[in-house]
Amino acid sequence: MSLIVNTITKSFTNFAALHEVSFEARPREFIALLGPSGSGKTTLLRLLAGLDTPDSGSITFEGEDFLRLNARDRRIGMVFQSYALFRHMTVADNIAFGLNVRAAKERPSKAEIKAKVESLLDLVQLQDFGKRYPSQLSGGQRQRVALARALAISPRLLLLDEPFGALDALVRKDLRRWLRRIHDETGVTTVFVTHDQEEALDLADRVVVLKDGEIEQIGEPLELYRQPKTAFVFDFLGHANQAQGMLSGGSAQFDGFSVPAVSSAADGQITARFRPFESHVSKTGPGFPGKVLSILPAGSNLRLEVGLSDGIVYETQHAHDSEAATLRIGDDVVVLPTKVYAFG
Amino acid sequence: MRSRPAETPKTVAGFGLTASAILWMDLIIVLPLAVVLTEAFKGGLAPYLAALDDPDTIAAIQLTLLVAAISVPLNAVFGIGSAWCITRFEFKGKGLLLTILDLPFTISPVICGLVWILLFGTQGWFGGWLRDHDVKIVFALPGMVLATVLVTLPFVARELIPLMTDQGTDEEVAAVTLGARGWDVFFRVTLPNIKWALLYGVLLCTARAMGEFGAVSVVSGHIRGLTNTLPLQIEILYNQYETIAAFACASILTGLAIVTLILKTVLEWRFAGELAAHRRH
Repeated sequence: MSLIVNTITKSFTNFAALHEVSFEARPREFIALLGPSGSGKTTLLRLLAGLDTPDSGSITFEGEDFLRLNARDRRIGMVFQSYALFRHMTVADNIAFGLNVRAAKERPSKAEIKAKVESLLDLVQLQDFGKRYPSQLSGGQRQRVALARALAISPRLLLLDEPFGALDALVRKDLRRWLRRIHDETGVTTVFVTHDQEEALDLADRVVVLKDGEIEQIGEPLELYRQPKTAFVFDFLGHANQAQGMLSGGSAQFDGFSVPAVSSAADGQITARFRPFESHVSKTGPGFPGKVLSILPAGSNLRLEVGLSDGIVYETQHAHDSEAATLRIGDDVVVLPTKVYAFG
Repeated sequence: MRSRPAETPKTVAGFGLTASAILWMDLIIVLPLAVVLTEAFKGGLAPYLAALDDPDTIAAIQLTLLVAAISVPLNAVFGIGSAWCITRFEFKGKGLLLTILDLPFTISPVICGLVWILLFGTQGWFGGWLRDHDVKIVFALPGMVLATVLVTLPFVARELIPLMTDQGTDEEVAAVTLGARGWDVFFRVTLPNIKWALLYGVLLCTARAMGEFGAVSVVSGHIRGLTNTLPLQIEILYNQYETIAAFACASILTGLAIVTLILKTVLEWRFAGELAAHRRH
């Protein structure tokens, strides 16, 4: 293991705390810390960076006690949501900063620094931007400079705090692919904080889901998606429809029909959950009866909203060539989940 | 967010308001300035220069510059330090500290002078000790510096606090994670980011330090040629009906103020782009 975080606890007088958080990262691994605001993910990142100290617990990196090193000696590359570029320095000076502030005997020569800056500008595809100032760059370009600056010190660990949070959706998706490629090229162990589940699942080798300062689940993206351990994880990773039912022998009983259930709950009354795309909608047959409220395109799918008689609205997704495509707003339909999840 | 650009007034109300604002400004600011200059040159250039050639006046000018030269750097250092503390740390009593920082703005300058008399005067708390050890504070340079420092205390800090709050700590944190030590962070990141605001604050502070009358008047003791600063010298000359001399001195202070104003305008004009870039960033 490269990074080992062991039973870290941190409390503040007036905001998010961490309670006995433990996780590990393998060398070269890309870990996402995923959670809503106030879940403690940024606090955890600050502890890793050495910007804060935990109340108890330990953090070791490659066998070294990280808590005994202060922030500047940990050799960590950090990237912030606000970019935090030095506004009065050119892009090249920004990237060279970490090398220029080294003590004279550890500092590379001017030529070496220049070569390093050139190669990093190449890496982040900003070859011609070395002489510009941060204010002359777009948000996406600034964040690429910030990453180059962090990589300049050959960090042992790369920490990214919602790095794409301030960018628009298109740039964000583009940078995501690009970040993953840089990671694979440099091989630096990376911890990435985000509240965007799509981003976390898309980028990370493993995702640590946090809620109220505690870990809900750690797993690979597919594993989290297929086998969520808690209702929170299920709800956080995508839209969830809910229905009350009875669980018995691996299937959930509803009004006149039953559905296979993935469950950690005991037999009896349950709140069943199902994903929009794990359901059929048709005009007749078993299922929850309702009225079509809206039909909208959602990429390769059609997204329907179906209103039930008791005011609940289900969101469902279907292929463009399915029966759903023949429906009109106001039609009476039934929604039949193909699989439901229940949590103990 | 960018506000809508202003336009020239088109309505009667808009025109009237603008005109009365300009008229009022002329009456309150430009007219008195004109009076100072006409009075100073009433007898022509020769009496003006003769008035300034007085040894007491020259001493007053030197003392004024000396007091400013000591007080302004002190307040610049204090201003940077307090702005740093206030914007970089969360602590109890921060609100109180901010209020105290504003006290010199709200309190009468006479009080700012009087406190030093109460502390260091012959009858003051430390007066006996100072007399025994032959240290002179009030009615001497140290007292005048103290009074000036107190009156001009908030200028630099007040200029820096909003800027440093706005800039946040991210750049400094980034510098630390990149391996920079305390002084490196300060000289390579913090100081370059605040330099124009600092210069601006120092300018305002200097103008105020040279023009200070009330507080300095209390601690100076009015010893001619020794503890009279330019504003005090003006008062004395005026009270002796030496009108031309008084206004000649006043024209020097006015000149200093105008130079400050020009520097300030040049700063704003020259670095407008950079300042705006800071705000956009």
